Order: sequence, then C-alpha cells, then structure tokens
Amino acid sequence: MSFHPLMAYDRARFQKSERKIADEGPPFVFTPERRAKLDDILTKYPPDKKRSAVLAALYLVQEQVGYVTAGGMRHVAGILDLAPAEVEDVATYYVMFFKEPVGKHVVQVCRTLSCALMGAERVTETLSEKLGIKVGETDASGTFTLLEFECLGACDRAPVIMVNNAQWYECVRPEDVGRLVDDLTASKRDPAFSGCHLKVEA
Amino acid sequence: MEPVLTRYIREPNSYTLAFFLKHEGYEGLRKALAMAPTDVIETVKTSGLRGRGGAGFPTGMKWQFVLTDTPLPKYICCNADESEPGTFKDHLLMERNPHLMFEGCLIGCWAIGAKVAYIYIRGEFFHVQEILEAELAKAYAQGYVGKNILGTGFDCDIVIHRGAGAYEAGEETALIESLEGKRAQPRIKPPFPAVAGLYNCPSAVNNVETLCNLPSIFINGPQWFAGLGPEKNGGPKLFCVSGHVKKPGVFEATMHTTLRELIFEHAGGMRDGRHIKAVIPGGSSVPMLLPHELDIPASFDAVAKAGSMLGSAGIIVMDDTTCMVWAARNLLHFYKHESCGKCTPCREGCDWLYKVLTRIEAGEGELRDIDLLVSVGNNIVGKTLCAFGDAAATPALTTVKHFRPEFEAHVSEGRCTVPADWRATGMPVAAH
Repeated sequence: MSFHPLMAYDRARFQKSERKIADEGPPFVFTPERRAKLDDILTKYPPDKKRSAVLAALYLVQEQVGYVTAGGMRHVAGILDLAPAEVEDVATYYVMFFKEPVGKHVVQVCRTLSCALMGAERVTETLSEKLGIKVGETDASGTFTLLEFECLGACDRAPVIMVNNAQWYECVRPEDVGRLVDDLTASKRDPAFSGCHLKVEA
Repeated sequence: MEPVLTRYIREPNSYTLAFFLKHEGYEGLRKALAMAPTDVIETVKTSGLRGRGGAGFPTGMKWQFVLTDTPLPKYICCNADESEPGTFKDHLLMERNPHLMFEGCLIGCWAIGAKVAYIYIRGEFFHVQEILEAELAKAYAQGYVGKNILGTGFDCDIVIHRGAGAYEAGEETALIESLEGKRAQPRIKPPFPAVAGLYNCPSAVNNVETLCNLPSIFINGPQWFAGLGPEKNGGPKLFCVSGHVKKPGVFEATMHTTLRELIFEHAGGMRDGRHIKAVIPGGSSVPMLLPHELDIPASFDAVAKAGSMLGSAGIIVMDDTTCMVWAARNLLHFYKHESCGKCTPCREGCDWLYKVLTRIEAGEGELRDIDLLVSVGNNIVGKTLCAFGDAAATPALTTVKHFRPEFEAHVSEGRCTVPADWRATGMPVAAH
C-alpha cells in the first residue's frame, strides 16, 4: 500500500533505482602493455595516493574496449584499491568517457557561444543530414557517432570539431562537412583542417 | 608594446627546448634559484603580478599564504584546464611555448618549497599534451627538470595530469579533487589550498599564463613588470578575442589598451556592414558590456569599475545579427551541462533557467517568464560553494537587464524576432 496520496505503491516501478546500470562489456583485463603504462603512471603520484591515476586508468580501459565497461571499472578498482562504485562515480562524471559502445569515429562539434556565433549549429545540422543520424546517435554500421561538445577552448578557430577525443578539425564551415566525412572514412587527415601550430610551421 | 609572452610564437619550432634556450630560456629560473625563496616571493609581490585565471588575485600573496611551518610536502598545481568559453590563451602558450610554463612551475616550486608541480591539462587538449610530454622529456634529459636543477641542488619534478572533460575542474579546489582521482567538485573553504590543498598538504594553484609571466619578472626585474600597464594591473596580458570579428585570435598588450582597441585594431573590427550589439569582456561568466561602454582600459580594475570583470580576458563579440535570448540560452546550456551538481541552487537553477529560456526563444513563453528568469537567477547568485553559480546566472540576468524589450518581443510575437542565417532552424538532437 502507498503512504503517498497520488503515487501508487508498486514494486515494479517505484522501488527501482533510475540509475543507468553500467554496461558489463566483455571480460576485462589490461593488456600487458597497458598494465605497464598504468604502473608507470602510478609512479608519478605518492605511493599511498594511487587513486590519482583513476582518470588515466579509465582512458586505458576506453582505449582497449572503445568505451568504459563495468568489467573494466572493476578491474581498475582492483588495481587502485578502490571500491568499484568509487571508480564508477568518477567515470560517470567526466564527459570524455563513453559509457556505451560508440562508432569508430566519434564526431564532437563544439556548440558553445563563440563556435555557435560562427555557425556551429549549421555544421551540426549538415553533419546530421550527411550521416543520417541525430546528435547523440550512432549510425547503423557503427562508423560514426555524432555528439555536441561544450567549449573546446579554440574559439579563434571556430567552429571546432574534435574526433575521438584527440583529433581536431578547425574553422569548419557547413560546406566542408562532406570533405571532412570523406576524410575520416578514408582515415586520412586533410592538413587544411589541422591545428594552428601546424599552420605556423608550414 | 614589444610582446613578452608571445614574442616568438610565430617562429617555427618556437616550442622546442633548443629554440627556447637560445632566447633566454630558463634564465629567469637561474636568477630565482640564486635567491632565497622568501626573496622570490617578495620579488613577485613587488611586481604586482595578479592571477590570470579569472579572479586576479595577487600571486605573491597566494604563495605567502602557503604554510611553511609544516613537515608536509607542498605542491604547485598548474591550472591548464582552460575551459572558460571564449578563452584560448593557455592553449596557445602551451602549444607554442611549453618551456615557459615549465620554468614558471619550477620558480613557483622553489618559492613555496615544493618538490613536485602537477600540470592539470584538460583532456581535450590531447594534441597539446603530446607536445608537452615530448618537451618535458627533453627538459629532464638536459637537467632543467628533475634532480639537481642547473647544478643548484634543487630537485623538482613536473607531472602532466590529463583531465577528462569537466569545466568545473578549473575551480581550484575542484581541480585538486580531480587530481586526487575524484569528481571535480569544489570543496568548502576554508581551509584554503594554501593550508590544506592537494592530498591535504599546503598547495598553490596557479593559471598557466600566471606562471608564464614569472621568468620575465626575474630576468627584467619586478619594477619593469609593474611599469607595464596601469597601477596594480602590471605586466603583459593576453587577450582572446572571438565571435563576430574579422580576425579572431590571441593578442598580447598591456592593460592600458582599451576594449575598443582590442576589438577594432587587434582583431580587425566587425564583419562588413555590421555593428556591435554586446561584448562579454572576460569569458562567458562575466556580465556583458554594451557598445558605448568599450572605451575603458582592459584591466582588472577598470572593467570591474564598469560593472563587469576582466576574468580570463576572453572577449566574445556579438554583432547585431545575434538574438540575445538565443545567446543566453546557448550559455545556459553550457552551464546546466557543466554544473557539478554539488549545490542545489546551481544544479536545479541552471536547468530551470535553460528550460525557461528555451521556451521564450521558441516564442512559447509568457511575460511572467522574464521575471521568473530574474527570480531564479537571483536565487543562485551567492548561494553556492564556488563562483560557478554566480557565473551561470549572469548570462540570463544581464541579457534581461540590457535587452528586456527583445525578450518581450519574443513573447508578444510568438517567435524568435532576431533570426540569423548562421543559426540552424531546428537542432536535430535525439531524445534522451
């Protein structure tokens, strides 16, 4: 029975946490190279402060599986002497960790003011049309995921797109989108889009 | 003025150790290491260097507050989590002149007695981090970082720590939390980091540009530094100009330079046939200024006097094609997304501000929604642990203050009254 005047007491609905349970993923152990990398990172922090390496460890999980899995988080917790919940607490806070499978190319368009003033909305719109997916979706073949991102800190080169948390495309106009997608599909990197520091070098 | 921080930024290979050493590289450190740490702090105080991260707090004083009478280790945390919308100066400094930052970190460590400096770089700057790591390895190999630096017996390590996408990690106590491997959420202050910071040890958190200013203070002297720019606003300053200008970029100038000069001379002025509607002078978190308020020096004190803040000197220029309701909504999307969720007024308030702004911008709002924005905004300001809350309410509050008729027009006409061709008609966002 319910003590609430409006809400029915119902085991199926109201006793369930609305928290999204992390995806278990495949059985997880770090590859020896990644484990060695993590051990090396751990030497940079005081011996009793292993927790400081949790972000680095989660990046390695993501590098290995493509996203952060529950199995990966438990493995990290074991190495860093943390409870799995503590690792999940961190992983779910930071936006650069994907909590579910994503496409081969995760295309993240900066949407904050300076980029938006320079036409980022239209870039996203054109990308969405070209890829046939909405923001937040992955295409059927698992090649592209389209996301919006908050300020990337390159407002002089607006609009900016970051691919797979690492590769940047700058001063992208809606008419460049086709070329950008072809570029990614062919796993090339058109220098016309690349960073300011590279342009200075040229 | 002759650029100090960005003097060699356009030179090829300016980021390499070899280039840096040819241009007074690590000379400031050499001079600082010849002085007692207390004298180093005195010198920085004399120079009047103020933090370049946003608050403009005097750096020498921040260091002086760091507890000395303790057996605990001390730390310098370099705040390279540059995420304030409209700010990209540290990005350029690290990309083009990483050794200047390393040198600044080492001077800071010497001053407060730290043996390690942690550089917290935002996760998105991975291409910058690759440069930093390669250059840091060279500095270690040649004895500028590590054991017995410059043969003085001073040992100091520099560690580059990659964040993972959280604006809030730029707040100093949240940055420390994140460095400790937790969610980037601010701590209750006091105690301040100078007393209990990283791993509960005395620490100083300094912005990249602040640290990059240190070597020149020791090379040219604190009086030279203080003499650049107005009183109490000395030294070279990097200004980031973005938005509707012809030539966006990072410009180095003294704080005598006016906002109008930065926009019209340095950044090439407005696009053809357009005029300024509003300017955000210090990153998205500060109140907007109107076109007639731009003839003031871009200094911490002068901009504060005009009712805004110099903040991180991220100047965002909006021309007359910009809908101010749309601009406020865009920024509130940022703040609701980045609110860390620790304090209820900010977590809930940002979400509501965004929802109400979305309603008004779509032409579905009512007149009382405008007052609702002000009421919700005022219930966030001053009621949160860190400055994020004040920053988040600012775009909504200042647009309503300066552009109320535009909000009213959206309501009375039932549509966006200032559509622009550079905006999308409807954003294709999946439901979630």
